[in-house]
Amino acid sequence: MTASASSAATESRRASARRLVALMRKESLQIIRDPSSILIAFVLPAVLLFLFGYGVSLDTVQTRVGLVIETQTPLTQDLAASFQASRYFDVAIARDRRAFEEDLVLGRVRGIIIVPATFTTDFAGQKNPTIQVIVDGSDTNTANFVQNYAQATVANWAAMRGAETAARPPPINAEYRFWFNPELKSRNFLVPGSVAIVMTLVGTLLTSLVVAREWERGTMEAIMATPVSAAELLAGKIVPYFLLGLTSMTLCVIIAILLFGVPFRGSLLALYALSAAFLVPALGQGMLISAATKNQFLASQVALMSGFLPAFLLSGFLFEISSMPTVIQWITLAVPARYLIQSLQTVFLAGDIWPMFLRDIAIMLLIGAIFFLLAARSTRKRIA
Amino acid sequence: MWWTRLKALIIKELLAVLRDPKGRMVLIGPPILQLLVFSYAATLEVRNVDVMVLNRDAGRWGYELIQRIGGAPTFRKIEYTQSVEALHDAINRQRVIAALHIGPTFSRDIEAGQPANVQIILDGRRSNASQIVGGYLTQIIANLAAETPAGRQGAPAGVGVVARNWFNPNLIYQWFMVPNLVASIALLIGLVVTALSVARERELGTFDQLMVSPLRTHEILIGKLTAPMLIGLFHITIYILAAVFFFKVPLRGSLVLLYGSAIFYLASVVGLGLFISSLSKTQQQAILGAFLFVVPATLLSGFATPIENMPDWLQPVTLINPLRYFLVIVKGVFLKDIPLSEVARNTLPLALIALVTLSAAAWLFRRRLE
Repeated sequence: MTASASSAATESRRASARRLVALMRKESLQIIRDPSSILIAFVLPAVLLFLFGYGVSLDTVQTRVGLVIETQTPLTQDLAASFQASRYFDVAIARDRRAFEEDLVLGRVRGIIIVPATFTTDFAGQKNPTIQVIVDGSDTNTANFVQNYAQATVANWAAMRGAETAARPPPINAEYRFWFNPELKSRNFLVPGSVAIVMTLVGTLLTSLVVAREWERGTMEAIMATPVSAAELLAGKIVPYFLLGLTSMTLCVIIAILLFGVPFRGSLLALYALSAAFLVPALGQGMLISAATKNQFLASQVALMSGFLPAFLLSGFLFEISSMPTVIQWITLAVPARYLIQSLQTVFLAGDIWPMFLRDIAIMLLIGAIFFLLAARSTRKRIA
Repeated sequence: MWWTRLKALIIKELLAVLRDPKGRMVLIGPPILQLLVFSYAATLEVRNVDVMVLNRDAGRWGYELIQRIGGAPTFRKIEYTQSVEALHDAINRQRVIAALHIGPTFSRDIEAGQPANVQIILDGRRSNASQIVGGYLTQIIANLAAETPAGRQGAPAGVGVVARNWFNPNLIYQWFMVPNLVASIALLIGLVVTALSVARERELGTFDQLMVSPLRTHEILIGKLTAPMLIGLFHITIYILAAVFFFKVPLRGSLVLLYGSAIFYLASVVGLGLFISSLSKTQQQAILGAFLFVVPATLLSGFATPIENMPDWLQPVTLINPLRYFLVIVKGVFLKDIPLSEVARNTLPLALIALVTLSAAAWLFRRRLE
């Protein structure tokens, strides 16, 4: 190899580095100058975390119910008192169920609990005393909740009455331990999950919009006509959004820990390794969508439906995957957020469990590789 | 004269969205797919649960307990192990959501009338699901306990609870989910279509042309309003048909009431869209702005979690959310046949939101012109 050839190679490498830096600078300036990028990368994450921290709670709090005591006796009053003392119910009391029927239709109460007139005599005579519960089935979750807790409250009350007379320990003593989240706060798993949603927004929605705009305006072709190679172009686009994604993730984690007091038991290394691995499929999907649609409206719709909504609904974030129909369970296998969310919840609540993380990282990188291959193919085809 | 102008504008707006075959597809295909996928996927029920068991007990009671868990419809698979480490590892790696540890003296204790212990570990990372699984296990254990010698002896007077579900007797999840999705998908589509309509013209520079045309501001507004509302009504119609004929959700109330309030709902959604649109300079800003509204609106609507479960200071925020009101109407008309007064009570805020946002959008349009 002659000296001139090697210096030419160095020269071209230097030029390539310069081009890459220039591209990344352009992209970064675009991010900083457009208020909507900042909105998505920093304001929306804060809003989302805030909502999942305060607004959306799967924890069960005081549900409004009507309690009908058809005959007042010391026994029924005692039962009523145990409903009033329950932290699950906010109880209004009446003597006739008709008082609550309209409220149930209008959604002012979620259920009616009826202690029939014969309850006291049935209870004394051991003749199957029965309590009736009517719930509003139009909200199935709350309906199940009211049923279960009404049953539990009645069972507890009966056990207390029984204990007063018999005083015997239960034959089987089940000792429950809720690992990782003993206070059972839904916030503790919702907040780590929403970090994944935020990264989906930055990686897929924002990226697909930005790149689709370049196609729409024809500036993509203009850049391609320059000496910039395809790899440089891709890197120039991806690196700034990759960093933006990690930045907004960091912001989320800080809010989660400091404001919401979510425990962080794993390592920062695991957190960043998982997040970085997730951004590969997220960005790949964004690039693929923009290359395939080349139109901001289409890109936004496709990104919402194939990126955001699956990350939200098909990832195990709110809804248990194992409860879904089999066909939908298969679909969830291709949702990268699924792997990130279970690992992130683990990093936050359980600690480092590397065999799980490595498997999830490998799957996310695989999905990412497929997206990038498809994106590259789609880009090349369009230009030719 | 004004009618011809307006008609031309409405047709132009419809064409702008529907001319592109990809655009047409995006408006029709994915929303229907969403309805299908999400109405089945978005369930808070817990089914197909896997548990791991470490049974150190050689007697019949431990075996009986496992058999009953295996036979319960909620549980899918029972894995057996001999070591505590494997048990802990399965929970750690989320291979199972619950793990049972039955001690060596379990059956002996039961036969002797002593309290017998069983330890249950649940994955708190999925605290909601694990609580439900815990509830199922409690029921199974309580039933078993009642059959033990000690349990049979001192059987206290059990109090029966008979539950009846109004409006949805078998608590079919889709009956709850599909009406919810009708309202929320219409919000997403309506908002994005409208938010883009002005922003696209502004980005391309055709908005100024529109402003210098003989059209008056309110005519432009009506033109921009009508096309997305027609698209929204089209969507709602498809969803209602799917709800009734595919998902078999009973339609107990009046369609007239539903459509009547849907018009106000769409007007408020489109008003919000135009408002966002008139604030943004580019399509990207409009899309992201719409999105910034849709996500909190969905979360704070009572869709996934009831509004009364939210903190008191957050509840007033939901009052400006159109989805909140329309959800009550759609679910109410479908399942509960709510009276006209209740529909009206929820439609009035929608009309107010529409009025405020449309006036604000008109004001912003005019201000841009000067």
